[in-house]
Amino acid sequence: MRVVNYILLGVFFLLLIYASTSLFYRGDLEALVNREKSPANSPNAAAYYIRHAYHDTHSPNMVTAILADYRGYDTLGEETVILTAGLICFLLLRRERKKKKKSSPEKKQ
Amino acid sequence: MKEAENNPIVSLIASIVSPFIMLFGLYVIFHGHYSPGGGFQGGTLMAASIILIRLAHSGQTGQLQFPATLNTPLGSLGVLIYYGTGLAALWWGGQFLNYAYLPLAQAISWRRSWGILMVEIGVGLAVMAILVSIFDDLLEDNSYD
Repeated sequence: MRVVNYILLGVFFLLLIYASTSLFYRGDLEALVNREKSPANSPNAAAYYIRHAYHDTHSPNMVTAILADYRGYDTLGEETVILTAGLICFLLLRRERKKKKKSSPEKKQ
Repeated sequence: MKEAENNPIVSLIASIVSPFIMLFGLYVIFHGHYSPGGGFQGGTLMAASIILIRLAHSGQTGQLQFPATLNTPLGSLGVLIYYGTGLAALWWGGQFLNYAYLPLAQAISWRRSWGILMVEIGVGLAVMAILVSIFDDLLEDNSYD
């Protein structure tokens, strides 16, 4: 069984290597993602961000401008998810521990 | 349960290193406009500095800097800052999260820049408090009192 696992891992590794050979180079203007118009001849979002991010938000870091301004709703949802995860950890973990603490002194007695 | 042993070397090194990690976290949050960084990364660094103190000083000593009762309120405050920024823009006549309508006496692009900073502070606070909160939840069983 372990041999099969290693073979699968090796095949997956080779697959990833093969996939990475067809990635475009960074800043390649001919790549689909970097073109100003998409294949359907509609304006591409990436080109808009690169052109306007600094003038719109005065922040040279384009990633921050996209994350917190253009895509503000997305980050809002992410933060809410983090808060929810923390609250659920609080509810699940704390309650069980309290029960154990209550039951442990009885056993000792 | 293991007995707590406060190793003086570990606690000394932790107390020396922790403020620098915290400072770097604040730098990452407030410099997110100009260099790689932002609320999530900075919040994680600040949580790392607090958790380092908790690992080095067991029990109540580790709680002196940042008590566990602050976790949930600070996390909620961070999320409320984010929502508050969006609602402020809504209140002063714009769309939700449209920072151009924030009541600041500056050009539109600078207003959006300040809006991004406020949002990042909220994200940083929430991430820091929630990470510390999860750490406390997991370790509550091992209180060494």
